[in-house]
Amino acid sequence: MSTLPNEREEYLKKKKKEKRIVIFFQILILVCCLLLWEIAAQFDWINTFLSSSPSLVFKTFLSLFEQNDLLSHIGITTYETFLSFAIASLIGLSVSTLLWWFPRLAKILDPYLTILNSLPKVALGPLIIIWVGASMNSIIFMALLICIFLSIINIYHDFLNTDSSYITLLKSLGANKKDIFLKVVLPANLSNIINNLKINVSMAFIGVIMGELLVSKKGLGYLIMYGTQVFNINLVITSVFLLGILSFLFYYLICFLEKMIQKKTAN
Amino acid sequence: MKNILTISHLKKNYQDDSGEIEAIWDVDLEVPEGKFISIVGPSGCGKSTLLSILAGLEKKSGGTIQFHKDDIKLGYMLQKDSLFPWRTILDNCLLGLELKKMLTEENIHYVHHLLDTYGLHDFKNKYPSSLSGGMRQRVALIRTLAIQPDILLLDEPFSALDAMTRVALSDDVYHMIKKEGKTVLMVTHDIAEAVSLSDIVVVLTKRPARIKKMYEIQLTGRSTPIENRKCKEFSMYYDQIWRDLDVHLTE
Ligand SMILES: Nc1ncnc2c1ncn2[C@@H]1O[C@H](COP(=O)(O)OP(=O)(O)OP(=O)(O)O)[C@@H](O)[C@H]1O
Ligand SMILES: [Mg+2]
Repeated sequence: MSTLPNEREEYLKKKKKEKRIVIFFQILILVCCLLLWEIAAQFDWINTFLSSSPSLVFKTFLSLFEQNDLLSHIGITTYETFLSFAIASLIGLSVSTLLWWFPRLAKILDPYLTILNSLPKVALGPLIIIWVGASMNSIIFMALLICIFLSIINIYHDFLNTDSSYITLLKSLGANKKDIFLKVVLPANLSNIINNLKINVSMAFIGVIMGELLVSKKGLGYLIMYGTQVFNINLVITSVFLLGILSFLFYYLICFLEKMIQKKTAN
Repeated sequence: MKNILTISHLKKNYQDDSGEIEAIWDVDLEVPEGKFISIVGPSGCGKSTLLSILAGLEKKSGGTIQFHKDDIKLGYMLQKDSLFPWRTILDNCLLGLELKKMLTEENIHYVHHLLDTYGLHDFKNKYPSSLSGGMRQRVALIRTLAIQPDILLLDEPFSALDAMTRVALSDDVYHMIKKEGKTVLMVTHDIAEAVSLSDIVVVLTKRPARIKKMYEIQLTGRSTPIENRKCKEFSMYYDQIWRDLDVHLTE
């Protein structure tokens, strides 16, 4: 009785401490890198025209924010990413459901899916521009191409690997295919589907940036492209930094969603 | 006594790429209503196959199966409890009623009653991960009983449990089933379990399964399964069935 609460306290304390140490070192690494970079720039060990510096990046960031409508660039990239993410996830889920529902269709389509999935989609970029036109549609089309096939293949395989004893049980209770899908296959694969959403966000983001590099007049990908063309490395590196932060935010948004769903299903 | 089920000349072959596997070869069986029947047989002889055919999960290759009751309901309990981890204990137990569109107040009440009676009252709204092996098996049985089946098909219901829990639970289950007045066909590997629980023990041959012997178990002073193990005829049945099964480890 007397030792137990202490043990618990100690365990919690230890856990907290461990977490603090990890965060400390994570920040330390970032600060050290930035500091080293800044120092190297100040003492002219590196050429800031080619490799910029943290203070220049910050200045560029401020001027972009004031003059060039940075928010609308970030907004457009975010919008494109979420649109392609939503479309890709929806199509991925429905097509894999169809494949699960009609095994013969899955057998027939198998080689095509494999080929489409392994094809390097970037190579299609110029073709997409010709077909779809140099507009936002091309960018979204590119992003869709990049996520959809992987999404379909992954979710379909997760569906197939559903514990067969659950399905046998349902059949013994007289379930039809719809029951099996709604009562077993879908709930059993909820965490797999969420994992797939996480992958889709990253892939959609990659696709959007790739598309923007190819065609756009707005967005972070465009800023990178433009910066390269006018040889403004500060602009390029600032945009890359923003990309990193944005992808981090997207990822945590999905993680947050995951936690919400888990909380809901666990209650 | 009235029969509830007649199986005659039942045959089953499995087909796959490597060829044909004869699983059941000519099984005849009369199942009297309200009796507890155990099926024992060598491993892989076709016991599970027999139950899945009765449950309608596999097609038979020949013979007839006749139920002597209209709209007969079967409850099939598999070896794995297969409780859904994303459903509460109560919702797991209601699964059958849900699928058969029988979620009436009366039926739900019956499930609550079963859970209360068999020591699961406090766990209704918990998830399966918080249950012990014996409790999970009990939940699986309640899920099977919820639809009020006329015949229970049990496929090695206790085999995943340790010896102690197993004997205790088989006692529980026996009472549950007797009280509900069900007919039971149970597959088991455990001869002692078969003799102590059953009215009739059916011994099958090696694959393809045929009926080798049938025993009407008559015990003087028959009471609960645990007590039945002390009856004087118990070891005689045990030895005889053991010899029938002809277990050769070298084979
Ligand atoms: N779906 C299937 N396809 C092909 N062969 C099968 C299939 N299911 C079972 N068999 C074969 O049929 C035979 C009987 O299988 P069954 O599962 O009925 O045996 P069992 O008596 O229940 O065995 P155990 O005591 O090990 O549970 C086995 O030889 C098995 O290999
Ligand atoms: Mg079996």
